[in-house]
Amino acid sequence: MDAIELTAYEAREKLGKREISSAELVNAVMERIRVVEPKIRAYLTITEDAALKQAKEADQRLSSEDHPPPLTGIPVAVKDNICIRGVRTTCGSKILQNFIPPYNATVIEKLARAGAVFIGKTNMDEFAMGSSTENSAFQITRNPWDLERIPGGSSGGSAACVAADAAFLALGSDTGGSIRGPASYCGIVGMKPTYGRVSRYGLVAYGSSLDQIGPMTKDVKDAALLLSAIAGHDPRDSTSADLSCPDYALACGRDIKGLRIGVPREYFAEGLDKEVEHRVQAAIMHLSGLGAEISEISLPHTEYAIACYYLCAMAEASSNLARYDGAHYGYRTKDAENIIDMYSRTRAEGFGTEVKRRIMLGTYALSAGYYDAYYLKALKVRTLIKQDFERAFENVDLVATPVAPTPAFKIGEKTQDPLTMYLSDIFTISLNLAGMCGISVPCGFSNGGLPIGLQLIADIFKEETLFTAAYAFEQSTDHHKRKPVL
Amino acid sequence: MDYEPVIGMEIHTELQTRSKIFCGCSTAFGAAPNTQVCPVCLGMPGVLPVLNKTALEYAIRTALALHCSITEHTSFDRKNYYYPDLPKNYQISQNYACLGYGGWVEIASGREKKRVGILNVHLEEDAGKNFHPETGGREEYSLVDLNRTGMPLIEIVSAPDLHSVEDAMAYMATLKNLLQYLEVSDCRMQEGHLRFEVNLSLKSRGAQELGTRVEIKNLNSLRTAKRCMEYEILRQTEVLQSGGAVVQETRLWDEAEGGTRAMRSKEYAQDYRYFPDPDLVEFHITKEWKEEIERHLPELQEAKKMRFIREYGLPEYDAAILTSGKPLADYYEACLRIYKNPKMTSNWIMTEFLRELNNREMEPDECPLTPGHLGLLLKLIEQGTISGKIGKQVLAEMLETGNMPDEIVKEKGWVQIRDQKEIEDIIEQVMKENPDIVESIRGGKEKAMSFLVGQVMKKSQGKANPQLVNKILLEKIKSSS
Repeated sequence: MDAIELTAYEAREKLGKREISSAELVNAVMERIRVVEPKIRAYLTITEDAALKQAKEADQRLSSEDHPPPLTGIPVAVKDNICIRGVRTTCGSKILQNFIPPYNATVIEKLARAGAVFIGKTNMDEFAMGSSTENSAFQITRNPWDLERIPGGSSGGSAACVAADAAFLALGSDTGGSIRGPASYCGIVGMKPTYGRVSRYGLVAYGSSLDQIGPMTKDVKDAALLLSAIAGHDPRDSTSADLSCPDYALACGRDIKGLRIGVPREYFAEGLDKEVEHRVQAAIMHLSGLGAEISEISLPHTEYAIACYYLCAMAEASSNLARYDGAHYGYRTKDAENIIDMYSRTRAEGFGTEVKRRIMLGTYALSAGYYDAYYLKALKVRTLIKQDFERAFENVDLVATPVAPTPAFKIGEKTQDPLTMYLSDIFTISLNLAGMCGISVPCGFSNGGLPIGLQLIADIFKEETLFTAAYAFEQSTDHHKRKPVL
Repeated sequence: MDYEPVIGMEIHTELQTRSKIFCGCSTAFGAAPNTQVCPVCLGMPGVLPVLNKTALEYAIRTALALHCSITEHTSFDRKNYYYPDLPKNYQISQNYACLGYGGWVEIASGREKKRVGILNVHLEEDAGKNFHPETGGREEYSLVDLNRTGMPLIEIVSAPDLHSVEDAMAYMATLKNLLQYLEVSDCRMQEGHLRFEVNLSLKSRGAQELGTRVEIKNLNSLRTAKRCMEYEILRQTEVLQSGGAVVQETRLWDEAEGGTRAMRSKEYAQDYRYFPDPDLVEFHITKEWKEEIERHLPELQEAKKMRFIREYGLPEYDAAILTSGKPLADYYEACLRIYKNPKMTSNWIMTEFLRELNNREMEPDECPLTPGHLGLLLKLIEQGTISGKIGKQVLAEMLETGNMPDEIVKEKGWVQIRDQKEIEDIIEQVMKENPDIVESIRGGKEKAMSFLVGQVMKKSQGKANPQLVNKILLEKIKSSS
């Protein structure tokens, strides 16, 4: 087996036994990138020199230390909205196309301490606004399973490079499904931690009350490994939870006998592709076969989730993105007449259509006279949606649903119709509004050979339960072993 | 018709915390532009604010001293507007759950004591400063200094309970004094630590109905605020008397014009789109914390006055003046640490020192004459190294040069003459020159003594010890008779 096909966990074992070196891993990944990148275009920046330098340091540690940290020498790709000091961070936007942050995100510091090697920054929908990565200002990333199709979004670059074996691990960010959606479309594992579990410091904000960084990996155990490295309280993020974090890898392999899984009837309604429905139902039956107790539940406010999400996220975005004005950093228009002209032309030229649409909608929702009817109403609905989940978790340990209503759609299929595009997040959005954690795990393929994901949702800070169930499912199936042909 | 002004004030004061409100940058004044900044106060992508707990504590302290109720769960909101001195293009402030509300403060306006309502007290971050250098008569570019960005501010909003310029002046002075006593702000106006906004309208005297209100921004000193209110009352009176209507608007004080001018509607017709800042969590202010802050309130004016009377044996008059402002009271006590005679120190401060401060329009802590200078000067006088009269000259010299008193005395040769022989020589000379006066004293006209003493002091250029001069002169006149 080629080194690039190893999971991070397997690669780390080989590194530990000195059967392979980190430099060899980095070289293998770079070689793979050279082969597949012209087809999938997952990366915006590749930091080969820095990666080789980090790999050599990792090899040094591996030979000199008794217990080098758990990710020592493992190549990791990072979504381009997470700041790495000295490395261009664009957020997929022209307005930040030359922005080089002078600071690291907390997750980057944690990964560096865990020994990880950073290989590059991955493509994304501009400012994480989108479900297909088609909103990147720079390039279209293609789904490794079918190059005519989207990889999902907004963490499409991270999903595609992991699926194509062009990274061992990747970080994504999830505001309304931006990790789980692409993971499902690309046949990998993607996990959105509980809001507050992972520090947001250094993650360029889209919807601050919804954003979370999470792992995108080849299998469940890798996701557990990566989350263990990045989770935990951060004094620089007031919204990060001051709770201790378990070693999530230990949750992989526990028995799921008696685990109570609820299936919300609202998630199996009109608009759900039949093939997706069958694979997901089959997966739930499979979990039952492994000893889980399945029951039907109701999450009655599900139908309001999309409207509620877009009001909350866009309102926050309209304020979060106000800073990109050309005054202090990033793109600035040429020859502005005055300050107002500089602001409006910089933003008109620097932002793409979808970002402008969301800024305008968000601005509108917060405006005098509309605040109560839109933003405040959305906050109230958000509370109701959260209560739906809280009530559900009084009786079940997990909720099982589809991740996306269809397998990966075609490039250009939905770009003319933003509402249809928004609806592709229908199953992932509620969870962000409620602050719960969720995972997408491969559960089969469409007749056309496209991956389909199963979403498992757990109560806040119950990531261990997710890993236990997802690992049990994965290890008793072989969907995760199939690879796209590139 | 006779009009009566109705005035409400918003006071912004910069808190004297060591670091900024949402990051660890220094708050020191006067550093080179953009040297006290970090990714957080620069509003770079992905950074997050973390509340400085001391700033919150200072705000609670202030709200408590203003008899406000304290919100149990306080939170922060974003005030959205675009300006280059505000790098995030929103200011983190409080709108929906202000820290303190519904308080009051007592002011003494003229001979009357009045209660002024406090609508709310809240915490927010300051913005930076823009500079517009003129090149060839045209503004080619602007410069932005973000050192001040993120400095902690509290805003105190009064009810429209002030009915004259005197009321408003008394209110501002009272708050300034209180903020200094609370040790939350040094209130240095020239550093922009205390800024005012005035809401002013006129109503017919005695009427219930309020007139149209005008908001005036940009008032950075008590004097400007006074001139501005006087101007605005006149302006509105003229508008009303000529049958016009006051327009509800925001006006700016124009120092050069000595008047107010309306801001262009673009400058103020803003919808700030306040909404809760999702980056900051709700802060629970527990009863215990509130009580602890209340228990540890610094010594306020009245308590300090009573302590000065008790501890230093000062007359009430002295104690009242010395505690009229915290910087002066601190100055006094700092002097006492060097020179331990409370009454003598009080005399010097109340006369010489305060006169100099008034002449120079200075706060005690800005004066080049530090407690170290004054304390040592008083020591020199008590030791008899110099006379009190010379002391006043030394004081003037210290104010000019900032030199220490012992250096000045030495340099100027002002050391008091205490040498018996030296004084006797001068006295003999004076007696020789004034034989008739010596005679008349011998004849019982003792009042003439002071003339001779004066002559001796003059000859010694004020350096002779006056007690010694008196004693020796008397002995000599009597013995030679």
